[in-house]
Amino acid sequence: MILAPIGFLAEDPATGDPTLVDFGHDPWWIVLIKVVGVFVFLVVMTLFTIWYERRVVARMQVRPGPNRHGPFGLLQSLADGLKLAFKEDIMPLKADKAVFFLAPVISTVCAFTAFSIMPFGPFVSMFGTRTPLQLTDISVAVLLVLACSGMGIYGIVLGGWASGSTYPLLGGLRSSAQLISYEVAMGLSFVAVFMTAGTMSTSEIVNAQAQGAPVNLGGFEFTAPSWFFLLLLPSFVIYAISAVGETNRAPFDLPEAESELVGGFHTEYSSLKFALFFLAEYINMVTVSGLCATLFLGGWRAPTSFESFWPGINSGWWPLLWFTIKVLLLLFVFIWLRGTLPRLRYDQFMRFGWKVLIPVNLVWILALAFIKTMQKQQMDGWTKVWFVAVPLVVILLLALLWPQKREEPALPVEEQVARRPEGSFPLPPIDLQVPVSPRANRLTAERETVPATDDVYKEV
Amino acid sequence: MTLSTQVLAAAAETAGQVSGGEKWTFFLLAPLAVIGALGMVIARNAVHSALWLVLTMLSFGVFFIVQGGPFIGMVQIIVYTGAIMMLFLFVLMLVGRDASDSVIETLRGQKVVAVLLGLGLAGLLGTGVHQATRNMPVAGLDLANANGNVQGIASLLFTKYIWIFEVTSALLITAAVGAMLLAHRERAKGERVGQVAQMRARFEPGNYPGPKPGPGVFANSTSVATPAKLPDGTPAERSISPILPTRELTSAEIANKHTEGK
Repeated sequence: MILAPIGFLAEDPATGDPTLVDFGHDPWWIVLIKVVGVFVFLVVMTLFTIWYERRVVARMQVRPGPNRHGPFGLLQSLADGLKLAFKEDIMPLKADKAVFFLAPVISTVCAFTAFSIMPFGPFVSMFGTRTPLQLTDISVAVLLVLACSGMGIYGIVLGGWASGSTYPLLGGLRSSAQLISYEVAMGLSFVAVFMTAGTMSTSEIVNAQAQGAPVNLGGFEFTAPSWFFLLLLPSFVIYAISAVGETNRAPFDLPEAESELVGGFHTEYSSLKFALFFLAEYINMVTVSGLCATLFLGGWRAPTSFESFWPGINSGWWPLLWFTIKVLLLLFVFIWLRGTLPRLRYDQFMRFGWKVLIPVNLVWILALAFIKTMQKQQMDGWTKVWFVAVPLVVILLLALLWPQKREEPALPVEEQVARRPEGSFPLPPIDLQVPVSPRANRLTAERETVPATDDVYKEV
Repeated sequence: MTLSTQVLAAAAETAGQVSGGEKWTFFLLAPLAVIGALGMVIARNAVHSALWLVLTMLSFGVFFIVQGGPFIGMVQIIVYTGAIMMLFLFVLMLVGRDASDSVIETLRGQKVVAVLLGLGLAGLLGTGVHQATRNMPVAGLDLANANGNVQGIASLLFTKYIWIFEVTSALLITAAVGAMLLAHRERAKGERVGQVAQMRARFEPGNYPGPKPGPGVFANSTSVATPAKLPDGTPAERSISPILPTRELTSAEIANKHTEGK
């Protein structure tokens, strides 16, 4: 794995926002408050996201969705969760007892742990103590998320294996292959962020996105966009796609494809064990959304232009709200995808991961390393332009002049029909005239207007 | 120069001391790592064995982190525990759930010899490493991590050890390409069966195009060795795989399930 930062070190924006050295000095009760805070945030987000998903998908399918319990049906997922806890806990006869119990625990623990490095905001005052609004930060914080998602796979795979049943086993096998493949693409998309920010600590990555770096390209001075999703667009797109694969969400929900594998890896799970899997899946969604906001969407910062009419927008507890809004918007995209796209076929899905996402990512990292090296060179503007333009022209010329596979000219239809092998499906004549449907007249005819009477409804 | 000597002096002062947190982490995780290693050897079930190894590897990752190498610790967890052990597990799961090791020794005295040889190897390696590092000057982690752990590793890896790094990666790529070549099966152009040919073969006389029948509603057994029953109660011979040995059926298995009068 090549994760070493090659680019320049991020300059401290001198805004007084937390950096790596500000962590590890909290008294124990502040740490406890933060741990409980993160836990409550995740559980509430899970309950909210389930409701949010059901309502948004319902809206997309022109139906109301849950609207009975509480205002707008907000308490529906709480009621469902309570009901789930009181269901019968079934242990299959053929299950491997210890591993069957361990699997959902692993999933949930990893899901919660990954969120510990998420930056929610700048320094705040908690009961008179000045502390960053983030549980902790380490120099390899983003790798911690990768490690947690890597360990979280064990929950799914072992759950599938320990059930002692065919469909869960298939779901577990699918998910282990899927998650490993998409974790590679995901890890590679972090590399560009590390190179640009010069650090792997989440708080410093947020700081690196505070202001755009001034760029001098061939004599033209302009400010680069500060948020990485514009600056590193290919990485952002690849991260977004692989995040969907990493969380087993539609259209990449092959481990739990209900039309093929019943419930996938959690077919045999019930009651609280199933609830833990459910919790872990939704927390993982929140985690990848939060990480996306942190790495590419400026973290807890409001857009830079807002600061001109509200100077205090990025101070105090307000950034918690901006972060939550970003996470909710990203969760909306997850739900939107689920409501829109059909599931991929397994081989297409794997081919997409290995043959498209990873090579594109590698080429993009190479190009970015080239750009970074160019920026560090002491050259005048025009020499830089030459250094960029010449390789670009060479690549374009190569692409243009590369010998193509000559396409055979398309045969006329009669020839194609004659070439079909013996026993093929019969075809209608090519000059078939389809008569106009007799119904077509009726449909275009004017409809009779029915007088609106109340009697019709009274009878029913 | 002065800075580096200062850092060296500070490192020498703190070299003998171990912080409380590090000590407790070690005493908590070291037994777990040993238990994991023993469990891996002792466990009968291959998947359990792999899980014990995961425990040991996780403990190693935490040891690295505690000892001031957060990057190598995380990479240990991501690459070894997260990816490589997962591939092991992937293969083991395909072997089958109840495939346990047999306890019968195929070679006489194999276990005793294995234990003796293992102890010998451990002793040899231990003394070798001890001899090699006994008089080695210790620079200390503070010096190594002076510019940040990741930056320190990167600058060493891409300057001093670049040759070894590149040679290792070339070796690994060669191995990967070799494995792919060995596993790849080249299909000749005429070998591929088209959809039309497949369809014709499926509907040819003598081949039933539908799926084979399951045990059926009247069957008293779900074993694959008992034939399915046709609606009139006669056994369907096609439902048994030809590789299965023929089996004497008990009268309870032959009898139709009582489905009337309920």
